[in-house]
Amino acid sequence: MDDFLAARSQMALSLGFHIIFSCIGMVMPFFMAVSHYKWLKTNNEIYKDLTKAWSKGVAIFFATGAVSGTMLSFELGLLWPKFMEHAGPIFGMPFSLEGTAFFIEAIALGFFLYGWNKLNKWFHWFTGMVVGVSGLASGILVVAANAWMNSPAGFDFVNGQYLNIDPIQAMFNRAWFTQALHMCLAAFTATGFAVAGVHALMILRNRNRAFHLKAFKIAATFACIGALLQPLSGDISAKDVAKRQPAKLAAMEALYHTEKPAPLLIGGIVNEKDKTVHGAIKIPGALSFLAHGDFKAEVKGLDRIPVADQPPVAITHYAFQIMVGIGTLLMLISIVYFVLLIRKKPFEDKPWLLKLFVYAIPLGYIALEAGWVVTEVGRQPWIIYGIMRTKDAVTPMPGVVYSFYIFSAIYVSLSIIVIFLLYRQIKMVPVLYNQSETSKS
Amino acid sequence: MQYVVITYLCLGILLYFLLGGADFGAGIIEMFTSSKNRSKTRKTMYQAIGPVWEANHMWLIIAIVILFVGFPRIYTTMSVYLHIPLLIMLIGIIARGTAFVFRHYDAIKDDMQWLYNRIFRYSSFITPLFLGIIAGSVISGHIDTQATDFVSAYIYSWLNWFSVAVGLFTVALCGFLAAIYLIGETNDEHDKKRFIKKAEFMNVAAVVFGAMVFIAAQRDDIPLVDWVFKNTIGLSAIVLASLSLILLWYLLIKGKTKVLRLLAGFQVTMILLAISYAHFPNFIRLKGGNAISLFETVGPEKTIYSLGLALLLGSILILPFLGYLFYKFQKKEE
Repeated sequence: MDDFLAARSQMALSLGFHIIFSCIGMVMPFFMAVSHYKWLKTNNEIYKDLTKAWSKGVAIFFATGAVSGTMLSFELGLLWPKFMEHAGPIFGMPFSLEGTAFFIEAIALGFFLYGWNKLNKWFHWFTGMVVGVSGLASGILVVAANAWMNSPAGFDFVNGQYLNIDPIQAMFNRAWFTQALHMCLAAFTATGFAVAGVHALMILRNRNRAFHLKAFKIAATFACIGALLQPLSGDISAKDVAKRQPAKLAAMEALYHTEKPAPLLIGGIVNEKDKTVHGAIKIPGALSFLAHGDFKAEVKGLDRIPVADQPPVAITHYAFQIMVGIGTLLMLISIVYFVLLIRKKPFEDKPWLLKLFVYAIPLGYIALEAGWVVTEVGRQPWIIYGIMRTKDAVTPMPGVVYSFYIFSAIYVSLSIIVIFLLYRQIKMVPVLYNQSETSKS
Repeated sequence: MQYVVITYLCLGILLYFLLGGADFGAGIIEMFTSSKNRSKTRKTMYQAIGPVWEANHMWLIIAIVILFVGFPRIYTTMSVYLHIPLLIMLIGIIARGTAFVFRHYDAIKDDMQWLYNRIFRYSSFITPLFLGIIAGSVISGHIDTQATDFVSAYIYSWLNWFSVAVGLFTVALCGFLAAIYLIGETNDEHDKKRFIKKAEFMNVAAVVFGAMVFIAAQRDDIPLVDWVFKNTIGLSAIVLASLSLILLWYLLIKGKTKVLRLLAGFQVTMILLAISYAHFPNFIRLKGGNAISLFETVGPEKTIYSLGLALLLGSILILPFLGYLFYKFQKKEE
C-alpha cells in the first residue's frame, strides 16, 4: 500500500466511522425529546424510563462522535496539508459556525444528562431539544463544507492563485442544500430504522413489551417519514449532480458512452477494462428523465470526460446501486408501516412486520455509507472539484501506512466496545427499569 | 477584526489549558492515588467534571478551527512537521474521552471497569504530555522546513530535551489544577486533606519540572531566559506567579477553596504569558532563525471578518449558557 492510498483509506475510515456516530448523536436527541415530552404530558413513567435509557445511548454516541470529530479536524491537516492551506480560509466559515453549534450541543448535553431533579422540568426538556437542534445544525454545516469540495465557490482561481475569497458565498455553494437535505433525511432514516429494529427484536422476545413498544413507535415513525421523503430528495440530488458533476453521474450509472435517450441501469457487473456492463436491467430513457426531467434528453457519458479526470467507475456504480436498492426497500417498509398505523392495527400482532424492522437494523447505515462512497469516490480524482487533485494535496510525510494501521485498530476496537456497551444496556433494561411497570412511584 | 480573532485564539488556548488541563489532571490525580482511595476519588471526580468535561474540550476545537481558517500556514506547518506527536495526542484524546464515558455507562460493572480505568489513567497522562511537547516544539526552533531526511524533518522537530521538559511541566500543571479544583468539590474532610496533599505534591512537581524546562532550554540553545527575564511583561508575569505561590501555600493550609482556584488559574495564565509574550506575534519558530508570525500569515480580509463575527456571535450564545452550566453544577455548600 503506498502512502497516498493509505492516506485516502485512513480518511475514508475516519469519516465512515464518524458519520455513523454523529448521525446517531444528532438524531437520537429528537427521539429522546419526544419521549420526554410525552412523559411530562402524560406522567407515564415508562416514557421517563425510556428517555433515560435513550439518553445513555446518546451519551455513549456523542462522546465517541465528539472524539472522532476532534480527530477529523486535525486529520484534514495531517493528511491533506496542501488542501487545507488553500481551502481553509475559503470553506472555513461553516466549520467556525459548526464549532459554535458543537459547543452549544456539548453544554446542553451536560445540562440534560445531569439535570434530572435539578432543573425546572421544562428547561430540562428544552436543553434536550437544544442538543438535537444544534447537533442537526452541526451536521448541516459540515455537509455544506463537503459540498464546497464538490461545487467550489466563493473565489477566483487565477494562475494557480485563490483570489477574491468570499467565505459566505463558499458556504452557500450550489451543492450545500441538496447534499444537506439528503444527509439529514438519511440520518433520520438510518438511525430510526436501527433503533426501531432493536426495540422490535425485544418485543418479539417478549421483554418489557410496554417499554419497547413505545420506543419502537417513536423511532419507527421518524424512520418511516424519512424513508418516504428520501426518494424526493434523491431526485433533486440526481438532477443537481447531472448539472454540476457529469463525471460523477456517469460513474454512478456506469454510462461509458454518451446516449440520447440514456437508459437507467439496475445492477450489472462493471468491466472497467472493456468499459462494458454485463447483466444489468435496462430501463430505456429513465436516466434521461432522472437527470434532466425529459425522457429524450442526452446524458453525458464518460467518453466526453478526459481519462485523467474520470472517477473509479465500478465502486461508484455499485455503491449507488446499494444505496438506491436499500432506499427503495426501506420506503416500501414505510408504506406498510403507515398503512397499518392509519388503520390502527396493533403492531404486536404482526410479528412479520416487526421482523422486517429487525432485518432492517443495519440497512439504513449500509445505504448511508454507500451514499458517502458515491459522493466521495465519485468526486475523484479531485479533492476540490476541477481545481485541485487529491494526489497533489497529500502530506509529504512518508509512512502514513502505519498510522492507517493504528487507526484501523482503534476504530475497530471502539466499534466493538460500543456495540458491547449497547448490548449490555439493552440486556439490563428489565433490571434498571422494571420497577415502574409494577409500582408507579 | 484580526485582533478579535487573535484574542479568541489566545483565549481558546488558555481556556483549554486551564479547563481541559484540569480535566486531564483529574485522571493524573487518579493515577497517583493509592488503590484504596481510588473509587472515592473517582466518585468526586465524576461529580465534579461529569457535566462539564465535554464542554471543556470544545476549546481545543475552537482554537484549531481558528488556526485552520485564519492562519492556514501555521496549521499546515504544524500538521506536517508535528504529525507524529499530534497523532499520539489524538489517540490519547480518543482513548480518554471514550474510556471516561464507557466506564460510567457500562450497565454492568465488572472486570471491564479495570480496562476502562487503565485506559483512562494512562491516556490522561499521555495526552497533556504530548500537548506540552507540541507547545514546546512550536517555540523550540527545532522545526526544520528544509530538512530532507525523515528523522530530522519529522522526529527531531519534537523529540528534544526542551519539548519533553515542557511536556512534563504541562502534566504537573494539569495535575495541580485538578487537585485545586477537586478540593472545592468534596465535602468530606478526609478527602479534602488528600486533595490538598496532592495539590502540594503537584505544585512541587511543577516547580521542579519548570526548572528543568529552563535547564533544557539552555542545553538546546533556546533563549528562554531572555524571553522571560529581559522583557518587562515576561518578568513581571513570572514574578507575580512566584510571589503568588506563597499566598497559594498559605491558602492551601487554610483550605480556602474558591480563592485558590482563581489563584491557580492566575498562576498558569502568568506562566503561559511569560513564555509566549516575548516572541508574540511569532507563533512558530523555525530552525535557522526564521519564524511564522500570526500577522504575516493571517488569512484574507473577508475570511477574518466573517470568522471574527462568527466568534463574537457564538460567544453571545455560548458564554451565558456555559456560565450557567458551571454555576448550576458546582458543589452546594452545606
